[in-house]
Amino acid sequence: MPRERGVKRAVIALHLAIALCGAGRAASAQVRDSVPHAGTHGMGWGRETFVLTEVLEYDPSGGERPMLFDVLAWTGGASRRLWFKADGSAATVERATHGEYQLLYGRMLSPWWDLQLGARADLRTAPGANATRAGAVVGLQGLAPGWFELEPSLFVTSGGNLSFDLTASYDLFLTQRVVLQPRLESTVALKDDEAFGIGRGLSSTSFALRTRFEIRREFAPYVGVVWERGYGRSAELARLAGESAGNSLLVAGLRLWR
Amino acid sequence: MAPDASNLDAGLGPLPPSPNGVREYDLTIAETTLRLDGRNARATTINGTLPGPILRFREGEQAVIRVHNTLSEDTSIHWHGIILPPEMDGVPGLSFPGIRPGETFEYRFSVNQAGTYWYHSHSGLQEQLGHYGALIIEPAERSGPACDREHVLVLSDWTFENPYRVLSQLKKQPDAYNYQRRTVADFFRDVARDGLGATVGDRWMWAGMRMNPTDIADVTGATYCYLLNGQVAEAPWVAQFAPGERVLLRIINAAAGSYFDVRVPGLPMTVVQVSGQPVEPIETDEFRIAIAETYDVIVQVPDGRAYAVYAEAMDRSGFTAATLAPQPGMVANLPPRRKRPLLTMADMGMDHSAMGGEGMDHSSMGHETPPSAPSGRVPSTAATDEHAGHDMGAMDLASSRRAPGSLPTETAHGPDTHGVGNAMVPVSTKSRLAEPGVGLGEDGRRVLLYSQLRSVAPYPEFRAPTREIEVHLTGNMERFTWAIDGVPYDRAAPIDLTFGERVRLTMVNDTMMNHPMHLHGMWMELENGQGDRSPRIHTINVKPAERVSLLVTADAPGRWAFHCHVLYHMEVGMFREVRVSAPTGHEGHHDAA
Repeated sequence: MPRERGVKRAVIALHLAIALCGAGRAASAQVRDSVPHAGTHGMGWGRETFVLTEVLEYDPSGGERPMLFDVLAWTGGASRRLWFKADGSAATVERATHGEYQLLYGRMLSPWWDLQLGARADLRTAPGANATRAGAVVGLQGLAPGWFELEPSLFVTSGGNLSFDLTASYDLFLTQRVVLQPRLESTVALKDDEAFGIGRGLSSTSFALRTRFEIRREFAPYVGVVWERGYGRSAELARLAGESAGNSLLVAGLRLWR
Repeated sequence: MAPDASNLDAGLGPLPPSPNGVREYDLTIAETTLRLDGRNARATTINGTLPGPILRFREGEQAVIRVHNTLSEDTSIHWHGIILPPEMDGVPGLSFPGIRPGETFEYRFSVNQAGTYWYHSHSGLQEQLGHYGALIIEPAERSGPACDREHVLVLSDWTFENPYRVLSQLKKQPDAYNYQRRTVADFFRDVARDGLGATVGDRWMWAGMRMNPTDIADVTGATYCYLLNGQVAEAPWVAQFAPGERVLLRIINAAAGSYFDVRVPGLPMTVVQVSGQPVEPIETDEFRIAIAETYDVIVQVPDGRAYAVYAEAMDRSGFTAATLAPQPGMVANLPPRRKRPLLTMADMGMDHSAMGGEGMDHSSMGHETPPSAPSGRVPSTAATDEHAGHDMGAMDLASSRRAPGSLPTETAHGPDTHGVGNAMVPVSTKSRLAEPGVGLGEDGRRVLLYSQLRSVAPYPEFRAPTREIEVHLTGNMERFTWAIDGVPYDRAAPIDLTFGERVRLTMVNDTMMNHPMHLHGMWMELENGQGDRSPRIHTINVKPAERVSLLVTADAPGRWAFHCHVLYHMEVGMFREVRVSAPTGHEGHHDAA
């Protein structure tokens, strides 16, 4: 069943994310180790590991790319952290997957901002057309005035392409447990990258409205609407590939952290 | 504590004399399963109970306390508020190495004071698990206001979560336990009441600073059940009285993360002791007890009805209560719970008269005061404004020549913004000892103020300090970092005091949370405007954007702890060592450093 395979891929990607996170934890030696022990008090912040599955969702209407995921993890102290990010989709119909994976070292720049530097690899699989690209990434992650979560980053591929990605989201508390989250993701590229369906200029945007119910803070099922759109050369590339340049998805998912 | 609610606790009986003036106790620290709030709780207990036994002494006795550790980890006991040799103070890493599993440590010290104190673990997060109890010292000779009966009330908080998980949750999502945030419904209610412009302005002011006005407590009733003598309000601990009696309530806040607002609905309370030290009696209806504080109050019960001792958590996310009853089986009426309060601009150091910010009405606490385009500066963030308060950066020179016991003057924040991780520095800070605190004083009740406290007699050697030490309480809620001067304990140098010197310890709260600051080994005389009647205390609550000063005589050589008593703030580094030099025989010379 192709659909099952797609689901499997997404689950594997998630497991990979968590495994990499664990490896990162072992490798990260920058933070003073103060494992909780019942000795002295107030030794400092210590080390913590956080995994957030902001997006893990399925489009039951069965469009082209029914599984979407966006996982973020860090391990480290209050000011220096090792980050891992995985953002992508797994199609079932054409067995196509697309994922962006980042491993970053982050340093606190201000009370609310981290500067992140590291590597990024994009993987794209489609029947007869697998593609990989990798490069360096520099980004910021933090909280802008107004409680907006922002994540701008610059990606330079080994092939010399430069792109700028921005993720922005906001949590609106409808009640103490029901949270409406608008979330915008966009990509601007300097050059075309046909293998990835990216055209230069404003390449694509994805805007989502998700409403989650926090059964516990760390366990929140949600429903949402996602509008995806390619522009200009990207839209053209999509049409050439036999895909539509715009999509709307009705999704159901889970937001999890631990 | 007997969990059977039909049993009346008669209160403290007479203290039997001790042989040769030595009073001995054996305390066994163990993991015990208890019933709490109808569930099984795995607690760290002292002699099998939560709280531990009431330890009683008479002033002048020798205390010999053997602590047996049956845990699989180290433990310790700190005698909170007791003046004793540093090696008996019970702080692992400073006083002694701690008590290893299977070992016994014998504490020996002479008891040279009287009053209501308490004891607790100073190891890891054990205090959250029930490792605390009351320590009551009778005066050598009967003194103070007369009472017919005494009860000890230990307030605390309990979570069925592992405390390390609680800390971990806070580091990952600092508002994980806050279920009292402002919602969309609150927004529309405020628009209807204050208008759209004012409401949007108010929301933007808070959101623009990335501060949350509902951030009153880190850990809340979402996970805590609040205890009084180990019992919840639904099955309360019951204290006996006879109609007409004057009942002394010795109230201790042994919570790990909760402040309480305490009252006896229907009866006035007369406060007679704070931090174990006698104060001139003050009649009040309600008082706030910060973590680790102790208050003695007298209530005179006129009739044979049952009364509640009602203690509401400062963020109003829960409460606990005890019953005062002349007979078994009586139930006291509990008052309605109040709405959670909101922080105000005063908590950001923005409404201070001398520094600007005109036309702002802050009288309405819990009323979500809209800002009216502040004419003063907005509290700056460390990241965006390196020169916060630079124009007034030079320290108030007059403050060092201030009369001892007087209030500090309003002072602009200096240029130091305490490092890259510190979230806020107030524009200016001032004394808030005459303010009741967030969520209090709005409902017509009399509320005890720090400024009212007056020692019954001047303390010996009440004199002017020779230098001032100013520490800033700093933090960042979003990363759950808490420190002093922006530096956590693991990277901080000790505060050095010269034996015999008299210092003014000024604490400036640069955060939007209340911090109960506790100094070990030495008294602090709170400069609350009462001159030489400044009260002597072991713990001071420092309100947001407050500047408070205390006089300390460095009369105890050794290494001492100075820290925030919110357990989770202490654990992440809001802690300092205070080191008092050994006597040299030449104590007249004080380094002005």
